[in-house]
Amino acid sequence: MRVLIPGASGAIARKVALRLKDEGADVVGIDRRPWLDAPIEFHEVDVRKRAAEDIFRKTRPQAVVHMATVTSLAVPGEERYQINLGGTRAVFEYARAYGVEHCVFVGRHTFYGAGPDSPLFHGEDDPPLELNRFPELADLVAADLFAATALWRFPELATTVLRLCYTLGPTGHGTLASFLRGKRVPTVMGYDPLFQFLHEDDVVRAIVLTLSKRPRGVFNVAGPQPLPLSRVAHEAGRSVLPVPEFIMSGLLGRFGLPNLPAGALNHLKYPVVVDARHFRTATGFEHAFDEMMTIKAFRDAFPVPW
Amino acid sequence: MRIDLQVREAVDRLELPFNAIGVDPFGISKKDLRLWGTLTAAFYRWYFSVETSGIAHVPARGRAILVGNHSGGIAIDAAMVVMSCLLEMDPPRLAQGMAEKFINRVPFMNEWASRTGHLTGLPEHAERLLEADRLLLTFPEGARGTAKLFRERNSLVDFGSGFIRLALKTQSPVVPLAVLGGGEAFPTIANAYKLGRAFGAPYFPIVAYGLPVPLPAKIEIQYGAPMHFAGTGNEDEAIVRGYVERVKEVIAEMVESGARKRRGEPPPQLTEGS
Repeated sequence: MRVLIPGASGAIARKVALRLKDEGADVVGIDRRPWLDAPIEFHEVDVRKRAAEDIFRKTRPQAVVHMATVTSLAVPGEERYQINLGGTRAVFEYARAYGVEHCVFVGRHTFYGAGPDSPLFHGEDDPPLELNRFPELADLVAADLFAATALWRFPELATTVLRLCYTLGPTGHGTLASFLRGKRVPTVMGYDPLFQFLHEDDVVRAIVLTLSKRPRGVFNVAGPQPLPLSRVAHEAGRSVLPVPEFIMSGLLGRFGLPNLPAGALNHLKYPVVVDARHFRTATGFEHAFDEMMTIKAFRDAFPVPW
Repeated sequence: MRIDLQVREAVDRLELPFNAIGVDPFGISKKDLRLWGTLTAAFYRWYFSVETSGIAHVPARGRAILVGNHSGGIAIDAAMVVMSCLLEMDPPRLAQGMAEKFINRVPFMNEWASRTGHLTGLPEHAERLLEADRLLLTFPEGARGTAKLFRERNSLVDFGSGFIRLALKTQSPVVPLAVLGGGEAFPTIANAYKLGRAFGAPYFPIVAYGLPVPLPAKIEIQYGAPMHFAGTGNEDEAIVRGYVERVKEVIAEMVESGARKRRGEPPPQLTEGS
């Protein structure tokens, strides 16, 4: 099977590429970021550019794993919007035009938003909430919903939209891992939301499994039970630094922190937790690392800094 | 703080799927339960001298909905019901209340509520808890129930019908319960609705003696026999209301007879032919 991975230079995407290669797949990577000495066929191009379409035409992949979305809020809004929505649109257009059989959109569970009135476990049918308070997430929500339109627009293309919970593990890649890097983890005083995370290797397994099972539809992907942020920090050897909310929101946009609306703090006040049973039923996925093993893997790779 | 021994033992014996560090999938934490339980147990035993009867009616395992009358300004009744299931049941069970929405917006309060298992009162939460075979605690009178004034303490206001639809949909038995003394422990003379809303709460209860702290009134909790309803949860509102009224009547009867007993009145004599 030939698999094309837009966004192949990302930490998780590289692991996916290597795993697929090990399993005998013919893997082609695209990314505007370099991947030096890539062990797969790799093209340093922007997925929205003509050159990317040429790769689709020349390689004729059977499956596409779209991982070229940006979550980092450090990337300016307009550029994020272009990459996330424009890129997703391009990937699905090429996939249809060049006879791809299966297209996987790798999205995030933050799709559902964090807020005081949102339920603890989100099913795939839940709408994105609290977007008005945190419009910076709109591009990812739009990309997710746009990807899902392929389910009815291109019925001949098997489309899977994955909403992955946070990733944690030895590469230290991802929103939660970056947040836990320092010695002290800032929290909003009086709040301790549940965080749901999956070991990197389990994420890779989930994506590889999706390629072999080809389930059509939208699926939440998670494994172990969620844990309160304070417990995650504690188990990772970090201490929490509770900061009153008014100080926290005053700090946003200063001292190198991203300039975000106060609504962004909802992600440190309220949980985003998903119900992933449909994915387990559709693919037979079982996580190999429980929550404690996952935190330990991160802690071993990133000991508490002095 | 020294943890109460009985509470510690009860928490350890809870049949909930706690993980290696004592946290369950809903975020309930043993550590927080012990702490909260120790504080509340003192109120349960000594301050309100709670007397519980009929605890055997609460199923030892499996899903069930505890449905009670609400009173007493600040939901003392709910805390005491949770405590009675923890301390008086064998094996102990954790009754999980449905928290008022404003609690989730208040710092510390939301943290305390989620760590001790009282999720926001959303139908999704209730259904998920019952599917996980938990013991759900609901007060269908809602905030209107705790807002009762002292003179209204033993009356019931309108019941919502959500709990019956939930019971039908999830095939859960309804265990009616009556709490007496909540109104005496917190004798509200008026509610300041505007002041409450300023803090995001539905109202702010005002007591004659000024400080909004409960008085050491005796609280009695009586559990009734479980009621079973067959259906799907999609029945017409008229049918569901009928079931609601049946539960409400049972609770009203328990409250009435309990109140009579508290006043020292004998139970009504059955006259011939009645």
